[in-house]
Amino acid sequence: MEKAFLIKYGEIALKGKNRRTFEESLVKQIQFALKDMDAEFEVTRPTGRIFVESKDEFDVDEALEALQHVFGIVAICPAVLTEDKGFDELAKEVVAYVDHVYPDKHFTFKVDSRRARKNYPMNSMELNAAIGEKLLEAFPEMKVDVHNPEVMIHVEIRERINFYCKEIPGPGGMPVGTNGSAMLLLSGGIDSPVAGYMIAKRGVTLDATYFHAPPYTSERAKQKVVDLAKQVSKYAGPIRLHVVNFTDIQLYIYEQCPHEELTIIMRRYMMKIAEHFAYEDGDLGLITGESIGQVASQTMQSLECTNAVCTLPVYRPLIGFDKQEIIERSEKIGTYETSILPYEDCCTIFVAKHPVTKPRRSVIENSEKKLAEKIDELVDVAINTTETLMVTP
Amino acid sequence: MEAYLDNSATTKCSSKAAKIMAKVLTEDFGNPSALHNKGMEGENYLKDARSKIAKTLKVNDKEIIFTSGGTESNNLALIGTAIANKRRGMHIISSPIEHPSVANPLAALEELGFEITYLPVDDKGVIDLKALSDEIRPDTILVSVMHVNNEIGTIEPIREAASIIKQKNSTTLFHVDAIQSYGKVEILPKKMNIDLVSVSGHKIHGPKGSGFLYISEKVKCKPIILGGGQELGYRSGTENVPAIAGLGVAAEEMFKNFDKYQNRLYELKDYFVDEVQKIDGVSLNGPLDVHGAPHIVSVSVEGVRAEVLLHALEEKYIYVSAGSACSSNKPAISKTLQAIGLRKNLLDSTIRVSFSVHTTKEEIDYALEQMKDIIPKLQKYTRH
Repeated sequence: MEKAFLIKYGEIALKGKNRRTFEESLVKQIQFALKDMDAEFEVTRPTGRIFVESKDEFDVDEALEALQHVFGIVAICPAVLTEDKGFDELAKEVVAYVDHVYPDKHFTFKVDSRRARKNYPMNSMELNAAIGEKLLEAFPEMKVDVHNPEVMIHVEIRERINFYCKEIPGPGGMPVGTNGSAMLLLSGGIDSPVAGYMIAKRGVTLDATYFHAPPYTSERAKQKVVDLAKQVSKYAGPIRLHVVNFTDIQLYIYEQCPHEELTIIMRRYMMKIAEHFAYEDGDLGLITGESIGQVASQTMQSLECTNAVCTLPVYRPLIGFDKQEIIERSEKIGTYETSILPYEDCCTIFVAKHPVTKPRRSVIENSEKKLAEKIDELVDVAINTTETLMVTP
Repeated sequence: MEAYLDNSATTKCSSKAAKIMAKVLTEDFGNPSALHNKGMEGENYLKDARSKIAKTLKVNDKEIIFTSGGTESNNLALIGTAIANKRRGMHIISSPIEHPSVANPLAALEELGFEITYLPVDDKGVIDLKALSDEIRPDTILVSVMHVNNEIGTIEPIREAASIIKQKNSTTLFHVDAIQSYGKVEILPKKMNIDLVSVSGHKIHGPKGSGFLYISEKVKCKPIILGGGQELGYRSGTENVPAIAGLGVAAEEMFKNFDKYQNRLYELKDYFVDEVQKIDGVSLNGPLDVHGAPHIVSVSVEGVRAEVLLHALEEKYIYVSAGSACSSNKPAISKTLQAIGLRKNLLDSTIRVSFSVHTTKEEIDYALEQMKDIIPKLQKYTRH
């Protein structure tokens, strides 16, 4: 029966002069989210509201699912949009609608109408009472409760009239595209997709860099990362993914440097290369899935060491999270199942039995001097042979 | 150049088999159970394939039951006979190096109250016949031993095993998983006293989703898939006529040139075995003489992880598998390699190279040349 959605957005309504940009971005993201549906959708924004509607038949649940991936949406209300054909018609339609949505009428309710169009012959108090009366007439089992109703029936009088009674929560946050872009260091693990999700939720467009190390990591491991990027792009929109062949750099570090420092030195080079692509893509920061103390390379000392090679800010949205909390989030956004597929990633292949947990930057920098002869050339080659893909849902 | 050396995982479908399949799919597509002419056409394909296959084993047509492949054949053989014969006893004997499609049904039967005895194997993977003789009891209803091990190519002494079994207890059934051997190593159930034989189509250039179980007419076996009673009631469900037709053609092709093919495979294998052993750190598992299958070589490489070697070879378009393809998707340690007592550091450093009748000496030379180049490079970088 519902052919439209009323989209509620919170935070962005507060943003003063920027409001227009924010709303436009949200409309764009909604259109993107719905583009693969069979129906044509029209997205309009009368003051303070966004409506999504279609003249075609469509699957409401499928559309809802798509809209629940759009950052900036606080709630989605499947609604009926109708022309003003006088009060009696309206009351009839509301009664039919309530009948359709609630087969069992044993509940308390309240009608909450708003009159944005002030020339409507009844004011909102009168409307509440009149519609309530019609509902009680039709369904004597229903009871009015103006303080704590189980069901709130909203009626809005605008150019057209809309009514709805269900609010489905959206993901919140801000529409992607309103806050610049950042480079995500994406691995095949559980954390980095969640980190990307969290930054994208604040309106940031994502680019991503993945390091693979054939033959030590497989084509399937790479496909897994592409799949993860795909899942994140359901929320974040298209992601530009750089796939860097890291093997030779890794082997060279392995040859030249102490093995217990391998991971730290490797990560420093990963940050450098990711930053190179960040500048190329116009990004304003790097994003990692690090969380303090999770593994040897994520102690405060290790983080200081890897952070030191970057000039861009490094955002670590999971920094204070426990592993379990990260897992819960990854399950919620749908990346967990893919993340736990058992393919080796390049951070674990040569990992030492006892990697340094409290590296000193001066010591690490000293070890890196042993790389002077060939490392710049290897980094250049890695950058020049990088494969870049556009990943969309 | 490309070298597909993973023929124990699967083989390329023969073009003659593919051709007949296309014809059955698009032209002669009738359901064999249908009463009209179109149905009879379908039935004729079944009859024809059944008789071709029965000839290869020298058995009766009606003793061939088509299935969806090796796994189903093994499940039907083990579960079907266990259930049908459990009033006579609940003891089953097998080996510790069986494929998961045997090992897991046995584990399931164990949960249902059956007692399973696993025979020891020697360092070449050969089952202990003395132990077999000792373990057979009046309540032993079934012995299941593979013909050729899928990881290291050991040919099990099934002829000898059969005569021991029948001598000790004439009612004990003998099932042989011949999925790796059919078409490559001779197996004649009637002559050898074998009651059930499992075969898969896609290992002999037939289509995936095809296979059969030989069930001697004397054997009591219950179906595990129930329905319309096709395949003499042993395996209900509309017959996969195109796959069965393809399987028939593929089997016929394999057996037409059986000796020639077998000699050729042994030549290729001997050549590969001689050459690959020249590489530092390489050692081979399983029998290298006529007690090993002609198409499987298990290669351990000191200091190189199997998966890494596999991917390094893949970059050169050389395809092998790490351990056994059927269990290699999860990093599980091979039970076969453990059972033959392979050194611990080689368990994760063993690949399987397997040939087909289409493998050429050029492919093998190319693979050897690349292995000689890649292995020393990989040995330089080890995890520690």
